[in-house]
Amino acid sequence: MPQFTDILFFGLAGLVLLFGLLTVANPFSRNPVTSAMFLVLTIVSLAGLYVLLHAFFLAAIQVLVYAGAVMVLFLFVIMLLDLKEEEHRRLKSGILAVGSLAVVAFVGILLTTLLKAKPTASAVAGRLVEGDTVKLGTLLFENWLLPFEILSVLLLVAMVGVILLTKKDLK
Amino acid sequence: MNVGLQHYLIVSGLLFSIGLLGVVIRRNLIVIFMSLELMLNAANLSLVAFSRYNSNLDGQVMVFFTITVAAAEVAVGLALIVALYRKRQTAHVEDLTTLKF
Repeated sequence: MPQFTDILFFGLAGLVLLFGLLTVANPFSRNPVTSAMFLVLTIVSLAGLYVLLHAFFLAAIQVLVYAGAVMVLFLFVIMLLDLKEEEHRRLKSGILAVGSLAVVAFVGILLTTLLKAKPTASAVAGRLVEGDTVKLGTLLFENWLLPFEILSVLLLVAMVGVILLTKKDLK
Repeated sequence: MNVGLQHYLIVSGLLFSIGLLGVVIRRNLIVIFMSLELMLNAANLSLVAFSRYNSNLDGQVMVFFTITVAAAEVAVGLALIVALYRKRQTAHVEDLTTLKF
């Protein structure tokens, strides 16, 4: 008798892979907006997997930052650039064949390695960690304070860079 | 059957491969960019799984950093695409051959 969380895992994992595949290779539409919508669904299903892993804070961040901010940015740019004519381009079959072959080979290597390595959990079942906000925040502001501050500088640099890049008279 | 670390790693690897497939076969800059996001998310999933099954929260802090850097990366990348579109009127990689030998 499988546990409820196991059923949930297989359901969510299937959804993640299905939506991910529809993001990159949708047989019915090559519209970037469709891809963006399926990417949102992929990200939300991934947030479900994070909840299964007891990473509650990260699940919330994933939905807020990825499904919220990042995807709005993507959709905004897709609508800004009128990409209508992109849909009529054919995918070159040579690229398709060689690319798929390379990716299948990569999957083969990855799966054989994973199945051979048999990664085991070092934790005993009762002592698994919970990724709640208090613990994560304490860790962030004690052990990871310097990277955190550097990250804020990075965000500032990215903001200035983006404003400069999108100026009308870019030299 | 108990779901363990290995299952999460397999899902993460497959998601990474899907992202790789998108980068290789799609020719639209924005869709390539979305596939890159998929690959980043796959790496995040394996980090969270390792963190959970090794009782170490450092992995989750790293995922937090990855998400922040990815947000900054998306902003800069999309700004570059917009600037490129202004100059060349295209977001299609096959039209961008200036650096081709």
